[in-house]
Amino acid sequence: MPEQRWRTGPETGRYLRPYAITGGRTRHSQHAFALITLVVARTAHLADAGHLEPEAAHILHLCRDRALAVAEIAALLDLPVSVVKVLCGDLLDASLILVQSPPGREDQPSVELIERVMDGIRQL
Amino acid sequence: MNSEPVMPTALKILIAGGFGVGKTTMVGSVSEVPPLETEERMTEASLGVDDLAGVEGKASTTVAMDFGRITIAPELVLYLFGTPGQDRFWFMWDDLAMGALGAVVLADTRRLQASFASIDFFEERGIPFAVGINCFHGRRDCTPEQVSAAMDLDPATPVVLCDVRDRASSKHVLLSVLEAARARASARLASAGGGH
Ligand SMILES: Nc1nc2c(ncn2[C@@H]2O[C@H](COP(=O)(O)OP(=O)(O)OP(=O)(O)O)[C@@H](O)[C@H]2O)c(=O)[nH]1
Ligand SMILES: [Mg+2]
Repeated sequence: MPEQRWRTGPETGRYLRPYAITGGRTRHSQHAFALITLVVARTAHLADAGHLEPEAAHILHLCRDRALAVAEIAALLDLPVSVVKVLCGDLLDASLILVQSPPGREDQPSVELIERVMDGIRQL
Repeated sequence: MNSEPVMPTALKILIAGGFGVGKTTMVGSVSEVPPLETEERMTEASLGVDDLAGVEGKASTTVAMDFGRITIAPELVLYLFGTPGQDRFWFMWDDLAMGALGAVVLADTRRLQASFASIDFFEERGIPFAVGINCFHGRRDCTPEQVSAAMDLDPATPVVLCDVRDRASSKHVLLSVLEAARARASARLASAGGGH
């Protein structure tokens, strides 16, 4: 049953289309992004963005004034996370965005950082 | 260049648990934005396929999840990710759990076993977590101690009664997770210090 989604019905386009944007790539060859890697447009470089794919231009627009996580961009553009990661990799190659990776597996959080988060939650 | 913005650091906490146990409700009750939804395709991205050439005919599993955001400070943002309740495939979504500060496992006392898979997952990965007993219909029909015993939890794992529709209650659950994470961080510090 599940395989039929690829051949018939209105969903077909929805499953294949996103990867047309990336030329079929599901991963970027150079850059690894996490769900919460933050992305912000380099405002000084927006003038160079004229030739971009509409989706890539849309990412720059969303991240113009604020940092957004890869997951937020994916949700706002209604694209799979992996497609957004590829597009962001291309934007990073073109020096059009700045990115901030989250603490990784080896970066165990400090007591101080955890307490800052606790204070922030208490104040909500 | 002074026009370039300061980049904040992003952290995350996962909200896991069985189908319909209140994960999305909890994300919504503490998030500063309405819960957003995003998805990943397990076949392509997480099963080690870099390129779609040749795999077009293969079925993929789409795993959707919702998330919210809490700005702790201009330079510190916390994301809350609700995991998909029914779909076991999220366990293969490495990026989801990697680097998480901690996790909430929501449970319903009428079907505790629906949360066992999440508990195993976080125990195996050493991710600090707290169990929130979501009191549907005001049912406070058992104590945290009884649940802890029934689930065979480490006694250090916090178990709290909650109603995740209520923001204060959801905050309390998050603080319990962070207490577990802080205890873990303190213990790490103590054992590193003791080694000298
Ligand atoms: N009475 C009561 N109802 C609740 C509580 N939490 C959630 N609900 C309701 O339970 C239903 C399911 O809640 P969701 O937040 O959608 O659950 P979920 O875990 O995200 O569900 P899935 O994503 O489908 O697995 C909704 O109708 C909620 O309004 C609670 O604490 N008490
Ligand atoms: Mg949900």
